[in-house]
Amino acid sequence: MSRIAEVFAKKKAFIPFTVVGDPDYETSKKIIKTMIDSGADMLELGFAFSDPVADGPTIQFADNRALDSGMKVDSAFRLIKEIRRDYSDIPIGLLVYANLVYNRGIDKFYSDAHDAGIDAVLVADIPYEEAKEYVEAADRNDVAPVFIVAQTTTDERFSRILKIAKGYIYLVSVLGVTGARGKVEEGTLELVKKVKLQTDLPVAVGFGISSKEQAKEIISAGADGVIVGSAIVKIIERNLDDVDGMLREIGGFVGEMKESI
Amino acid sequence: MKSKGKFGKYGGMFVPETLMPALEELEEEYLKLKDDEKFKEELNELLRQYAGRPTPLYFAKNMSRKYGCKIYIKREDLLHTGAHKINNTLGQGLLAKHMGKPRLIAETGAGQHGVATAVVGALLGIKTEVFMGVEDIERQKLNVFRMKLCGAEVIPVSSGAGTLKDAVNEALRDWIANVKDTYYVLGSVVGPHPYPTLIRDFQKIIGEETKRQIMEIEGKLPKAIVACVGGGSNAIGMFFDFLDDKEVELHGVEAAGLGLDTPKHGASLCKGNAGILHGSLSYLLQNNEGQITEAYSISAGLDYPGVGPEHSMLKEKNRVKYSAITDKEALDAFKEFSTTEGIIPALESAHAVAYAIKIAGDLKKDDVLVINLSGRGDKDMHLVAEALEVKI
Repeated sequence: MSRIAEVFAKKKAFIPFTVVGDPDYETSKKIIKTMIDSGADMLELGFAFSDPVADGPTIQFADNRALDSGMKVDSAFRLIKEIRRDYSDIPIGLLVYANLVYNRGIDKFYSDAHDAGIDAVLVADIPYEEAKEYVEAADRNDVAPVFIVAQTTTDERFSRILKIAKGYIYLVSVLGVTGARGKVEEGTLELVKKVKLQTDLPVAVGFGISSKEQAKEIISAGADGVIVGSAIVKIIERNLDDVDGMLREIGGFVGEMKESI
Repeated sequence: MKSKGKFGKYGGMFVPETLMPALEELEEEYLKLKDDEKFKEELNELLRQYAGRPTPLYFAKNMSRKYGCKIYIKREDLLHTGAHKINNTLGQGLLAKHMGKPRLIAETGAGQHGVATAVVGALLGIKTEVFMGVEDIERQKLNVFRMKLCGAEVIPVSSGAGTLKDAVNEALRDWIANVKDTYYVLGSVVGPHPYPTLIRDFQKIIGEETKRQIMEIEGKLPKAIVACVGGGSNAIGMFFDFLDDKEVELHGVEAAGLGLDTPKHGASLCKGNAGILHGSLSYLLQNNEGQITEAYSISAGLDYPGVGPEHSMLKEKNRVKYSAITDKEALDAFKEFSTTEGIIPALESAHAVAYAIKIAGDLKKDDVLVINLSGRGDKDMHLVAEALEVKI
């Protein structure tokens, strides 16, 4: 059984997100370790990109911090490899923009992802229509190709996506880009129920979730996992001058979120 | 989707899933309307009565005498709002109206597309919001004021370098969040399918008119046609009807900024390579990892790090020759054209004029050279004055 399937078979998953290399290589490594040590069931890690159109300002700033600190795709893979050396069981999903994959060579990217110990890759700007080469490369390299299902996804698109998606379904809970929101959008819970009826893949919900209450609501609608990004990135942003405080706050937040679901 | 939207290997639809249904809807509506007689009639009437088509194909006597061939100018600068952009915004505005969308958004660099969208929003009574980089807002204050006068809201974008690329990012983000009631009026032949195709279709009237006009006047096709390329909509609009006329040389002119051997330029086709940005695969300015780099040009309309995917294909097929003109060469041509013909070109279009002057020497006396004068220079007066160190 894959690391992803194993986790979801056992429990509801809390999945924190961070940008690899935000704010710099060493701090980012500590952040990721803190998230795991504080109870993260799985990780969603992003590679910094200059033009992240699916992300709101919070994560765009994180991308900029990572890039400004000198993060490269090579060093991002290296960092994940180092994490994997210390933590052999935790599933790691990667969120990346297409140009980084295309530029490296699609097959090489997935092969490097596999070597780094990455279990799944979601390319934010690769919809079903452009997915063929990416899915083939993912399959060849034993990496799960993950796809987004959104409120706007029609039934027809959904059934096509299900034919190629592996690992889990990334259900986008808002109409919009990433970023903390006050409450769960109407329609999200319905969508979770609908998607759960049609697939055996685990369903993880992300975008806009920042509180225990939201996480609870989404899990009780039947979701298998909750992905939280901007709320964590905000903690990083607030504590750039105090790494110890940053790690403490992240650890506390992850622990609480984990407990709430 | 009916089509994959590819031009050779370029183009496509590289967008988050949330937007895909909107692109499907847009393609479907566009395919339905584009051959609809009533829609065509409505658009043509607006192009005639509101925008001022057909534009003249003007024989530039003084330039011709001076440079030794027959130089014709396609006067897109005479259109309402001062540039070719209105061809596209009228088309897309009508499309939005037929789709029942109550809100238009647009990105703008030089402000020309923003103004062209704002006037159409006013004309059709649709609420309009324009995303514009803070750097461009500073460079193009007059256009900002024009947009506001027409009732549009101008939303400053401060991410990145605060130029066109960042404005496109913000417009896309807004569209993702408001996709159900918002129509995104893209300004150039870039972006995901179906934009590069539908915008080219709205702009191809430039080349169709030019062909008809030159056949009437000269009874033969041009030897060469020159147009500037930022995203590439005026160029593709001019070139498209001539693509099968192999004897007609087509020249696309990018911004060389401070020089192609410096990092300060906007020449995606001349100096970039293939990559994915803003929804399509095309030539881009990027580093060796695929991070997009900032483009630069004295002309706000040309400093975009990408280019329309159809141009990438035409480059690879060697059907169009792409070159680049520096800021300085463009400024010289700007002055030259103003003093010789009494026509003040937009800085973007001055790049085409500069290149035309360069190649005129290779042409024979009877050869016809057409320059697409995509816009007029009023918006650039203060920038040019500054560059020439003149106080106004």
